[in-house]
Amino acid sequence: MGVIERKLPDNALTQLIDKVVNWARRSSLWPMTFGLACCAIEMMAAGASRYDFDRFGVIFRATPRQSDVMIVAGTVTVKMAPVLRKVYDQMPEPRWVISMGTCANTGKNFDTYHVVQGVDQIVPVDVYVPGCPPRPEGLMYGVILLQEKIDKMKVFRK
Amino acid sequence: MAGEKEKKVSKGEVKEERKPKAPAAEEAAKKKAAAPKDEAPQEPQVDVDTLPLVKRVKEVKGEFIEDVKYFRGEITFLVKKEGIVDLCHFLKDDSETQFDFLTEVIGTHYPEREKPFEVVYHLYSTSKKHRVRLKVQLAEDEEVESVFPVWRSATWYEREVYDMLGIRFANHPDLKRILLPDDWEGHPLRKDYPLQGPPGYREAWIKAHCASTNKL
Amino acid sequence: MMEKGLMDKGSVEGQVTEDLMRDTLKTREMWLNMGPQHPSTHGVLRLILALEGERIVDTEIVIGYLHRGMEKLAEAKTYPQFLPYTDRLDYISSHAMNFGYVLAVEKLMGIEVPERAQYIRVMMAELTRISSHLIWLATHALDIGAMTVFLYCFREREMILDLFEMACGARLTTSYFRIGGVAHDLPDGFIEQAREFCKIFPKKAQDYDDLILKNRIWLSRTVNVAKISGEEGLNLGLTGPNIRGSGVYWDIRKDEPYSNYDKLDWEIAVEHGCDVYARYLVRLKEMRESCKIVSQCLDILEKLDGPVMAKVPKVIKPPEGEVYASVEAPKGELGFYIVSDGSPKPYRLKIRAPSFANLISVPTMVRGHMVADVIAVIGSIDVVLGEVDR
Repeated sequence: MGVIERKLPDNALTQLIDKVVNWARRSSLWPMTFGLACCAIEMMAAGASRYDFDRFGVIFRATPRQSDVMIVAGTVTVKMAPVLRKVYDQMPEPRWVISMGTCANTGKNFDTYHVVQGVDQIVPVDVYVPGCPPRPEGLMYGVILLQEKIDKMKVFRK
Repeated sequence: MAGEKEKKVSKGEVKEERKPKAPAAEEAAKKKAAAPKDEAPQEPQVDVDTLPLVKRVKEVKGEFIEDVKYFRGEITFLVKKEGIVDLCHFLKDDSETQFDFLTEVIGTHYPEREKPFEVVYHLYSTSKKHRVRLKVQLAEDEEVESVFPVWRSATWYEREVYDMLGIRFANHPDLKRILLPDDWEGHPLRKDYPLQGPPGYREAWIKAHCASTNKL
Repeated sequence: MMEKGLMDKGSVEGQVTEDLMRDTLKTREMWLNMGPQHPSTHGVLRLILALEGERIVDTEIVIGYLHRGMEKLAEAKTYPQFLPYTDRLDYISSHAMNFGYVLAVEKLMGIEVPERAQYIRVMMAELTRISSHLIWLATHALDIGAMTVFLYCFREREMILDLFEMACGARLTTSYFRIGGVAHDLPDGFIEQAREFCKIFPKKAQDYDDLILKNRIWLSRTVNVAKISGEEGLNLGLTGPNIRGSGVYWDIRKDEPYSNYDKLDWEIAVEHGCDVYARYLVRLKEMRESCKIVSQCLDILEKLDGPVMAKVPKVIKPPEGEVYASVEAPKGELGFYIVSDGSPKPYRLKIRAPSFANLISVPTMVRGHMVADVIAVIGSIDVVLGEVDR
């Protein structure tokens, strides 16, 4: 895919192909469980009985090699930062990041010596979900936003 | 904020009794044998020397005890640095005390004092159901003996004190940082350490360590 | 590893097998890293296991991946300001964390809390215990391989979270307690809904029992795994359900009753198995006991009227001194040690986190077991990393 990525002219055919590829990508977003703190519990709740993430095609994976999206749920500390970066580097392209909760977004409610002030200092972030912690509905909305974003992506077209 | 809420809560209710604010001076701690002179009404009059625990400890290990305090029902012994392990052994094994559980070890920094560091031990007895607090005061660069031979849980507690305050424990089997990364500089719970760390330190640390993994 | 019969040096075959092994199957110690990003370390715990074959000979636990500097932060906040931070210590039992903190400050200031608030607190703390144990059971079972239990437990947990949401608007980080009482009285309809839960829950607990109590896979994964005697457990700082699983009758709610626990009728859950299975039984029994406490509190709260907040000064300025107050949190003994210098901010605040202390005994517990048992052991002691690292 790498050879023809973003190389083909923008016409009806490539638009259709892109649409198919994006549909496939957004309908089976497999997030990696990167549960760090409080938000991880809400992430678990989102995957469990009442909220049931499976119906969006979101199935939690335990390893970065099999996942498309990383949900950074919780406080990223200085000691954790290199680990987070390493795990992100292990994920195959295309990859997305959802930053869940205030700690991961800005880090400002724990503005101390050992807390990273926003996960965007380490990895690029696609969707920020605010809240401390966000409710499962909030995370769900974040995932839907990401799906909308993926829908608009150009894969083969220039 | 809290004040507003409190008001809302107690609207239209008869608030009789409810003990209000504790008057300021609360030094229930008395020097031994001193005549009781307590200004705080809630704090009951207790002569520390009559407490069975204090009696027993003073009787056997009196040479290690510098001071005894009593506040809010808690007994605090100020212990000489060299006697801490000996005293802990006694407190654990004696049939009257039986402190078989070390609740925690705490370090505190008082920069204005002559001996700026204080190590606090909380003990509990599961059979006698009583608690006691031991304190050791240390000067800068002074070490205290580890209580690891008495309670094995002390290893982690003491590592944490070392990590946070830089107090060293002699004869500790594995004294190294526990919460912060190994190559971290400084001890955050010292009073002169800023809340956000030294300016730029945390960002520089992240940059240095994330860069190395990037090459993988 | 090898069967005992094969290793029996007395027999000729045993000798031959051992020689053969030494010559051909040389093993050397291997280091296996587990975590900090691992699905069954319940957060960001990292273990370095020294293995011989598949048996663990040594373990090093690396923590601090969630160290947020709570204790330093407390020194920069006033007493009421720090309350919301305690929610984020053990984030699956935030009422219990609030409880420990407000008790410590109230002890320091000598505040007496109104009766109604006491009962509300006890009820909330016990509901929290149930929800915390439900999460524990869910994740522990999931780690060992029982997926259904996970879904069942989260279903019941949502019912408790609905109650929390009713009372204070938040599901997880509740901050419902205040220094001197609780934020506001229970809303209309709370008692009825809580009663409904108390009626349903014992049946649901029976469902969990039906699923795993006598399940053969469950038994072989948990019975006789990670045995630790009561004496050794105390020496290693074990508290809460873990030490009660080793036959030690120690529950702070009974031994040093705080709030209104001495006025309620309940029993300490103790098991003598000392293994993972015993800890599981203790927690299941505790959930049922908590349910009993909650329904007793509901009975009392229906009749008892009165304020839910004591008279506290606007600016909370405790006298000089130091106190230690502890509560029986779902994980074990949670203590707050506060040193006050008479100012509105604590001079030093130390949190005695039960999970931190419970982790100390893990290397002792897993020594000699298989790698797969590590998961069961970590699950059984129920760690929450927010509390371990603070």
